[in-house]
Amino acid sequence: MSESISDKLFTIRYKCDDVSHLIIKERDSCLKCAKKDCNYFCPSDVYEWDKKQKLTTVAFENCIECGTCRIACPYDNIEWVYPKGGYGITYKYG
Amino acid sequence: MARAGLSVVLLERGEFPGAKNIFGGVLYRKQLEDIVPEFWKEKGFPMERHIVEQRIWMMGKESVVTFGHRNEAYKQPYNCFTGLRVKFDQWFADKAVQAGAIPVYQTVATDVIREGSRVVGVKTDRADGDLYANVVVIADGVNSLLGKALGIHKEWRPDEVSLAVKEVIALPKEKIEDRFNLEGDEGVTIEFMGETTLGMAGMGFLYTNKETLSLGVGVMVDQLREKKVKPYALLEAAKQHPMIRKLIQGGETLEYSGHLIPEGGYHSIPPLSGDGWCVVGDAAQLVNFVHREGTNLAMTSGRFAGEAIVEAKGRGDYSRASLQSYDRKIRSSFIEADLKKYKGMHQLLKEQDPELLFDKLPHALNEAAYQLFLVDGLSKAQKQKTAIKLIKDAAGGTVNLLKLGYKGWRAMNG
Repeated sequence: MSESISDKLFTIRYKCDDVSHLIIKERDSCLKCAKKDCNYFCPSDVYEWDKKQKLTTVAFENCIECGTCRIACPYDNIEWVYPKGGYGITYKYG
Repeated sequence: MARAGLSVVLLERGEFPGAKNIFGGVLYRKQLEDIVPEFWKEKGFPMERHIVEQRIWMMGKESVVTFGHRNEAYKQPYNCFTGLRVKFDQWFADKAVQAGAIPVYQTVATDVIREGSRVVGVKTDRADGDLYANVVVIADGVNSLLGKALGIHKEWRPDEVSLAVKEVIALPKEKIEDRFNLEGDEGVTIEFMGETTLGMAGMGFLYTNKETLSLGVGVMVDQLREKKVKPYALLEAAKQHPMIRKLIQGGETLEYSGHLIPEGGYHSIPPLSGDGWCVVGDAAQLVNFVHREGTNLAMTSGRFAGEAIVEAKGRGDYSRASLQSYDRKIRSSFIEADLKKYKGMHQLLKEQDPELLFDKLPHALNEAAYQLFLVDGLSKAQKQKTAIKLIKDAAGGTVNLLKLGYKGWRAMNG
């Protein structure tokens, strides 16, 4: 049974766009944010705080389009739209 | 609408209907039958298993207190059944296409087009993709960006939605039938709470499909954020629980998925219609989370919207006043009645310490059951006393337990 998140995400078919449908609005808000909640609540590990670059990296190609980050970012700092028509995830079972 | 001769476009952002859709897995016969009579007789109908037994499990650390009901009477006709959205949604959308609706897939509706206060169509992400219509039925799910564009609801709060993650796990048919005590296409649903949500407000589910199991855990987003637990770690922890582990062991994960569930209840329902638009299903927060019903509310609200629009077409009037017949249909149906009944639940879950309802009480219940069934030389009277004390202490004393019982009753009968 797949235990790691990469194994889990590997079970989903993705058609990745070249541009991200998820955009961090203000880099400063992430700098100010003490808790970095998005690093935890995302079910597909899209967000990670990069200590060296001091910014939130966005692995949009992992996104399963649930919308949690749109609602749960405490700074409302994530611009969230759907991937372009036909792009993003395609479930096989659902 | 298509059956009544209206010209209908079915917009879908995925490659095909269902490509982007997931749910726990239960569909309800009655509300589907209202749309597609005797659908179960159709060859190729994508049912997984019809449900003959529903179990509710209160999980302790390595124990469970169970409650459930199995009845052969659920077979004739089926009460509900499990499904997988990729198959089901294609079958269901095909019904609309057969009736004359024009399918337009791989197309995102990005905004509504307005003329004054009227909605007259939608913008899409296709070149020259503006589509004009007398009525737009907003059915874009829990995130409902169209609902937001229209301004009928602001952003949901983290305490109005749950995040559920799920896996579809393959197991041979015979194993499923043996482990769950089933014959043929019979199926079982299990909802579990307690240990498996680590003290957060939420529930897990394990449903039987033909040759797969659907296993998932959902928790309120505000509490998930507070606890800093990875959603998939919750699912992995549930898999390790002895009661779950033995049912899924040897299985292979075929697919992982995640989805928000609107759980704001009655008070979160936005305005349902206006000049040139109606909103249905998850986009209108039409989910009865107490009974894990959603697909039936979605289908019925869609049917009501369709009927109201056909009536509006007859009048040649698509104004707010005309489309309000949709609101009236919802208001006089089980949708309004059920959501109203539980209108206090959301507030109760918000006010109560989730640790009490989802951790302390389930654990106390398990400990009490353990003590009651344990034969260790103590008298039965002593055992009863211990069991009652365990429950009372978990609630913070007799008065608090009574208060909680009273509040719970009120919340469920608002």
